[in-house]
Amino acid sequence: MDAVGTRRSGRERPGGTTLTVEPNTLATSPPDGDAVVRVEGLWKVFGKNPERVFDEEYRGLSKTELQARTGCVVGIRDVSFDVRPRELFVLMGLSGSGKSTLIRTLIRLIEPTRGMLSVDGQDVAAMSTRELLEFRRRSISMVFQSYGLLPHYTVLQNSAYGLKLRGDDQKTREEKARAALATVGLTGWESYYPDSLSGGMQQRVGLARALATDPDILLMDEPFSGLDPLIRRQLQDEFVDLQDQIGKTIVFVTHDLHEALKLGDRIAIMRDGEIVQIAEPEEILSNPHDDYVRAFTRDASTAGVFTARTVMDDPEVLLYRWQGPRAALAELVHQKRDWAFMVDKKHRYLGICSRDLVDTLIKEGNKHIEAADLIRPDPVDPDVLIQDLFGLVGAGSYPLPVTDADGTLLGVIRPRSILEALHTPDPAEEASDA
Amino acid sequence: MLEFPDWLRLPLAGPVDQAMAWILTNLSGLFDWIGAVGLRILISVEQALVGVPWFVLVIVVGLVAWRAIGKWTSGLGMAVLLILVGTFGYWAEAMTTLSVVIVAVAIAVAVGIPIGILMAWSDSVKRVLRPILDGMQTMPSFVYLIPALMLFGLGRVPATFATLIYAIPPVIRLTDVGIREVPSATIEAARAFGANRWDLLRDVQLPLARPAILVGINQTTMMALAMVVIGSMIGNRGLGMEVLLAINRVDIGKGFEAGLAIVFLAIVIDRISNGFARRRTVPVVSAAAPTETEDDAEDIPGEPEHVA
Repeated sequence: MDAVGTRRSGRERPGGTTLTVEPNTLATSPPDGDAVVRVEGLWKVFGKNPERVFDEEYRGLSKTELQARTGCVVGIRDVSFDVRPRELFVLMGLSGSGKSTLIRTLIRLIEPTRGMLSVDGQDVAAMSTRELLEFRRRSISMVFQSYGLLPHYTVLQNSAYGLKLRGDDQKTREEKARAALATVGLTGWESYYPDSLSGGMQQRVGLARALATDPDILLMDEPFSGLDPLIRRQLQDEFVDLQDQIGKTIVFVTHDLHEALKLGDRIAIMRDGEIVQIAEPEEILSNPHDDYVRAFTRDASTAGVFTARTVMDDPEVLLYRWQGPRAALAELVHQKRDWAFMVDKKHRYLGICSRDLVDTLIKEGNKHIEAADLIRPDPVDPDVLIQDLFGLVGAGSYPLPVTDADGTLLGVIRPRSILEALHTPDPAEEASDA
Repeated sequence: MLEFPDWLRLPLAGPVDQAMAWILTNLSGLFDWIGAVGLRILISVEQALVGVPWFVLVIVVGLVAWRAIGKWTSGLGMAVLLILVGTFGYWAEAMTTLSVVIVAVAIAVAVGIPIGILMAWSDSVKRVLRPILDGMQTMPSFVYLIPALMLFGLGRVPATFATLIYAIPPVIRLTDVGIREVPSATIEAARAFGANRWDLLRDVQLPLARPAILVGINQTTMMALAMVVIGSMIGNRGLGMEVLLAINRVDIGKGFEAGLAIVFLAIVIDRISNGFARRRTVPVVSAAAPTETEDDAEDIPGEPEHVA
């Protein structure tokens, strides 16, 4: 879990600007020559004669009004955005907000009605059927919420399916598919059929299938939403690691704000087929564009309410300074720990005493542990908002000590606790995690 | 006054007769040729069946039934039923009947599955075909005998033709249903990886529709068997002819024997084709024991107090 925090602060976000799109006005994206995916003024209108929607008389009508007047349903409305190389771009919204339609128009599983759509410099909207097939076979892959595996294919055959479609020979297919399966941790399961795998493992197969063709871009349509909370979180964590290794450009659809905040470099929030706000996670939380986004982020904004005090735990093992190195070692060994917080007689925080330290002291024949020898992460105030702890908690692999004004150790904050506090959508999920 | 008015009568019989007459005058050569080819095929299938020693056929049927149904007792049972047909003295007749069924079903499958695929692909094809298929199944089967008789004369060729028409709807319908019921998510995923229409058909739709198609073939076979008996009325020899003769002579015993022989044949064919349709198409597991994978993220470095 703490790996996530590390990455969040450690990873350099591609570009630092925040783009806010005004509803109903064409967003002019900043000129970004590097963009891998470029979408400009994209519309998808369902129904008969969708072009009617663009008539002068209907301009500026809302989705409901348009539906009542023309019978056409606007799926995507004048959407523009860029995705930069190696960026994880999240499309987030409630169901019916158009996010799934939007991700499908990127490979024309759903044909856009109007607008500019380019991927890797290729004009996707203008592709012929043949070009489109080649594009899907080589440049881009997709992972689905419902996995979409072929039940009569083994795990290996499933992950090789994209390679089969593009005509790779048997040997190449198998090699690449095996490699992809190894990447997602499914080595040994090659000859099984999807039916015999759990949901989480089936989704790994889906991911392996997408990675096997080594595409430039991954599209992920709520890949983890169908899984139970524990597996979901685990896959999210693994996926973050994976993304670090493979560095794909990813468009990721989710309705789960926590997931968006955890994974996204930038988040686009959608409503009624429009993009309401595109911004980095921090910006979305701290500066929501309007009430809709605010409502969306409300449960996540517990991050602003929760303080260090509310999420801290008791330190499970404490060492006291008057204990000598041998006593400390005995305690550490007994508790099966590599390190523990150390306090003085008044329970004041001194630092972290590691086994390496006591080992060295014992070797040197030293009978005392000096406070100066301890590792000393800066303590935090109990009233600090956990939002502000993100950066700190990732900095080292130790929990953060929480001390009062006198320096008394009140508790410790594990990186996990912070994420869990952010992650508390419902009590049931909490319970299953405990 | 209350009777249906004469002037509202729409004489359909006339045009149908005329069309038939036109076909007979202008296309008789074609139908003669089809009839000749059909007869050749039917005779060679029958000769093949009769040519095989009876015990070899019994053993083969037993083994196939065992494999299809999955129990050796069932295989044995099917073999016994086939022997019983022989003990009634109807082995040759049963083979004649079987040859007509086999040819009719083979043609029905060869024609029906592609039609079913077209029906699944196109809603407009489905709209046109559905009432026709409904009609074909509701029409009294005897009616098919008349055009068959006129086109091909008496004998097993018109009987096969009538059987084909009568028996083809299920395989068409169930191919259509099977393909349409393939989960759209699976189709979408295959399309996302660049599958074209044929890739979809070969890799996704036909394999997933297989159970439904096999059920369709099973139903088609059973309907063919029912029709082939009625085909005896236009001169198709075989078990049906024996029943017909027994009726004419009011020979209850003979009729019962021949009827029972048909029932046994039907059971054998039904159980075997049904067995193939029901068999699990997807094995759950194949070789190789797996290692645990679900828990391998448990050891996250840097978090020694990981409490699960």
